[in-house]
Amino acid sequence: MQRKRKLGRGVAVVGAGMSKFGMFRDKDSKDLFAEAFREMLESVDKGFDPNDIDALYLGNFTNDFFIHQAHWGPIISDLIGLAPKPATRTEGACASSALAFREGVFAIASGFYDIVLVGGVEEMSKRTTEEVAEGLALAEVPYEARVGFTFPGVFGALATAYFKKYGANREHLMNVTIKSHSNAPLNPKAQFPFSIKDMMNMKVEGAKKKGKPVPSWDDEKGFLRDPGANPVVAWPMHLYDCCPISDGGACMLLVGEEIAKNFSDDPLYIVGIGQGSGKGLHAAADLTTMEATKNAADEAYGMSGLKPEDIQFSEVHDCFSIAELIHIEDLGFFKPGQGYKAVEEGLTRRDGPMPINTSGGLKCKGHPVGATGIGQLFEVWKQLRGEAGERQVPKKDLRIGAAHNLGGTGGTCTFTILERR
Amino acid sequence: MEERPFSDISYEQYLREGKLMGSRCRKCGALFVPPRSICIACYSSDMEWVEMKGKGRLHAFTCITVAPPFMMEQGYDRKHPYCSGVVDLEEGVKVDARIDGVDATKPEDITIGMPLQVKFLHWGEGESQQTYLAFQPV
Repeated sequence: MQRKRKLGRGVAVVGAGMSKFGMFRDKDSKDLFAEAFREMLESVDKGFDPNDIDALYLGNFTNDFFIHQAHWGPIISDLIGLAPKPATRTEGACASSALAFREGVFAIASGFYDIVLVGGVEEMSKRTTEEVAEGLALAEVPYEARVGFTFPGVFGALATAYFKKYGANREHLMNVTIKSHSNAPLNPKAQFPFSIKDMMNMKVEGAKKKGKPVPSWDDEKGFLRDPGANPVVAWPMHLYDCCPISDGGACMLLVGEEIAKNFSDDPLYIVGIGQGSGKGLHAAADLTTMEATKNAADEAYGMSGLKPEDIQFSEVHDCFSIAELIHIEDLGFFKPGQGYKAVEEGLTRRDGPMPINTSGGLKCKGHPVGATGIGQLFEVWKQLRGEAGERQVPKKDLRIGAAHNLGGTGGTCTFTILERR
Repeated sequence: MEERPFSDISYEQYLREGKLMGSRCRKCGALFVPPRSICIACYSSDMEWVEMKGKGRLHAFTCITVAPPFMMEQGYDRKHPYCSGVVDLEEGVKVDARIDGVDATKPEDITIGMPLQVKFLHWGEGESQQTYLAFQPV
């Protein structure tokens, strides 16, 4: 039995910013982080002097590979005028900035710092799809990469195991995609702010313009079943099961709880924070669950004293459609084997009892891997403060939201619970 | 059996020699494929090499269309997908492997639980030759 986790000192979020996510030929990592930083400055209700920031923790997975530049801590520190104060890069694959967030929390909880900037950035779109697949495979377990598993390939294998165990099929994965795409048009920062119906119309209009045969489909699932519209990437993962290649940056300002009201009228408090590690496909006892996610959830629930049913909405790492199903079960929102039914019944819709990925998720919002963890928490910040605009969760008394971030093929997972008091 | 370190390097050497090898803890009997030098069940370092029989069943799989560059060099691409999978060995452990001898353009015909036999796929010549662990239908 784990000891109950607690922070030595409470920590609050008092500011948050996120760049638009997308593929930007004309923007680099510095531009994207600057965009997030400017928004963060404006979001601090009572204003503050950036010179008061004590330190930076920055998540970045592999700009080393994508743009041949490593050592991003000091580059971003210099960008925002923080140098010579400390800047530390954290790497946890696609969970890199969730680790930056965690390190920032611990630095303040320890009493060493009072004001810490945490963030993440990634610049992926200047490579071909095959090269990005190779870059992301750097986060796999070596035995997986060796025998040809790509990232979508690993999740494809998980999907076949899930299908076999629970009797689910591709149609259930399509429900996840359709749900995420229904939230995306309401998120102005999303890379694909389109519903599946919007995408269908765009294909039709495109064909008309080019004088090509105009395709038609009965409904969204008809579109997703069409291999011309939705080609296979790593069966059973098809294009619309996979998050896109993205560029983006995000950051948050963390402070000691006792000074939070000096910065913000409406700070959010970190009530649960958890992390776990995993072993990879061959060593996992069961491919329909991720032990790293379960460990992260145990730590976070244990610290907060909250139960899964207390979480009012959550961002959940949906790098691939099957990942969302596995994780909503591992986080305790639904029982094992019930996730796909819950999505089918609409329980995870924005207006349902357990909204999942109101941002559109990684699938539609985009997945600049090093920025994703804090990008997810940015959505929780917006929702809890009632600033999510058209995509605001229509629940009264929204108080507790969470974000689950996954790195690699389950190697690193985090779960963070924020509370508005 | 000769004494080789219980490492990934040794594991790969054995694959080149046509052997699928794991390590077994002499103290508690736990089996690891690929090998571990430290038993994570009892933390003993008293290990021995064990050769797997090479028989198993398909546990999970994928047919990959968008291939990484090293697989493209071997002739795989969007028109020529390949299959990778997780195999349950008779000895009670799982391994990641290429699944050979199946039609990766027809994943619907590949069934979880199908019996498989080990195969060693070699690529390249001389010192740079690579060997990949693979399984094929019996």
